[in-house]
Amino acid sequence: MKKISRLLTLLLLLSAPGFLTAQESSPAAAAAAAAVELTPALNSGDTAWMIVATALVLFMTLPGLAFFYSGLVRSKNVLSILVQCFAMAGVMTLLWVIYGYSLAFTDGGSLQSWIGGLDQLFLKGVTVDSLSGTIPESVFVTFQMTFAIITPALIVGAFAERIKFTAMLLFSVLWFTFSYLPICHMAWGGEGALFHHWGVMDFAGGTVVHINAGIAGLVTCIMLGKRRGYPGAQMRPHNLPFTVMGAGMLWVGWFGFNAGSQLAADGTAGMAMLVTQISTATAATVWMIIEIIKHGKVSALGVATGAVAGLVAITPACGVTGPMGAILLGAVSAIICFISATYLKQNFNYDDSLDVFGVHGVGGIVGAVLTAVCAADFMGGVGLDQGVTVGSQMWAQTLSVLVTIAWSGGVSIVAFFFVDKLIGARISQDAEDTGLDIAEHEEQGYDII
Amino acid sequence: MKLIKAIVKPFKLEAVKDALTAVGIAGMTVSEVKGFGRQKGHIEVYRGSEYSIDFRPKSLIEIVVDDDTLEAALQAITRSAHTGKIGDGKIFVLPVEQSIRIRTDETDSESL
Repeated sequence: MKKISRLLTLLLLLSAPGFLTAQESSPAAAAAAAAVELTPALNSGDTAWMIVATALVLFMTLPGLAFFYSGLVRSKNVLSILVQCFAMAGVMTLLWVIYGYSLAFTDGGSLQSWIGGLDQLFLKGVTVDSLSGTIPESVFVTFQMTFAIITPALIVGAFAERIKFTAMLLFSVLWFTFSYLPICHMAWGGEGALFHHWGVMDFAGGTVVHINAGIAGLVTCIMLGKRRGYPGAQMRPHNLPFTVMGAGMLWVGWFGFNAGSQLAADGTAGMAMLVTQISTATAATVWMIIEIIKHGKVSALGVATGAVAGLVAITPACGVTGPMGAILLGAVSAIICFISATYLKQNFNYDDSLDVFGVHGVGGIVGAVLTAVCAADFMGGVGLDQGVTVGSQMWAQTLSVLVTIAWSGGVSIVAFFFVDKLIGARISQDAEDTGLDIAEHEEQGYDII
Repeated sequence: MKLIKAIVKPFKLEAVKDALTAVGIAGMTVSEVKGFGRQKGHIEVYRGSEYSIDFRPKSLIEIVVDDDTLEAALQAITRSAHTGKIGDGKIFVLPVEQSIRIRTDETDSESL
């Protein structure tokens, strides 16, 4: 009896490992393990980065863009720009959380190609624990919110020094609702969204942000009319140190804009940062070279503008291009934006006060189209999808550019017309002579005399 | 008493002030002005737009002196502000009717 029980015990012990392995390899256990891998869990590295990226992008507006633009206007209008940027941050935040996020990023049902739905009105469903990929949904909401803030803020530069504050607010609300949200959805609304369907590559918003705002800027500056006395000696930038400082803030903040669009702290984000730096530096350098050739002198405004031209162009491409592609993008953008901010504006005689179309619109178009080339293997990019050629990708990119131009242009024309008829868009001649700071805000920017 | 208005190049301001104090002028008022005479302006370029800037920055020094100090003051200014290049500036002399020191109510020569 004892011998049998010892033998049984021995057999049991020997087969124990067998039991264990059988447990692990049972179908149910395998399915459970796989399920854990498929459902994304919160990644604290991604989350930490995205929180920082969000702050960086907001910093681009407050006070990056605020300084960049306000330094370029006359001193009697300096506050008007600052107020417009801050007001934009306030208003767009509210609109975003009330209906913007939902219309941009949820499924739009039968309208999914163009716009999202109302499922997440008032941020319904966004809780402390709800996730968007590997980051909290709250972080994704805020990150995208900063994009929704800066895009209408960019347009401010086109109608600087002559728009009524209330008209600017009303126009921006309408444009945000009917142009920013649809284009944002078309590019980033996921399965079924128009640009997604076409396989368009717009990593951080070449169409959504820059072309969108650039076209709106062009339309509004033409409909609003030129500043009194433009072009004349009295319209020089009043504080270029502000402008250059603002450009610096934009450059640094843009790392959040571009690398943050990966929504994760990984290799793609790292490469996005690298190519952003390369494109910007190249564009600034090329702009300097152009100035040396043309004028014999490098200017502060030139080096700052060149940098921004590079930043704009790399925006759609940053997640798919390699370092050499970034050099190409920066160089081409600098050249074309230089032409559009100087010759084009002068020849066609429109007063795009702060070159919103000249730099953001044109730079965005250059970047969006060239993304097709820079993404390709031979340029060191991530490579195009199976069966997609550079030509067909470029066509998809061009289509998205054309849609954005048409949509933003159309919305801007209608919205501006409506606002102008309702409350009048332009300030009075007296107000323009006195300056917006006194006329619209009853404040003085500088108290020197 | 005479009011001397001297328009000089801004970088000469310190030298003029030192020269005036050396001849006993105890105070002055200075403002930053712009203007032009025979000195031409310059060109500034912003994003391809050329601006012709005609006005040059200058410093305006105003002093009120006794008639017997006038010559010394004028010489002090002329010598210290001179560079020989166009744009050195101009000096104007105007008559002064009255002068009062606010703190003590002293008038005319005692107030200078």
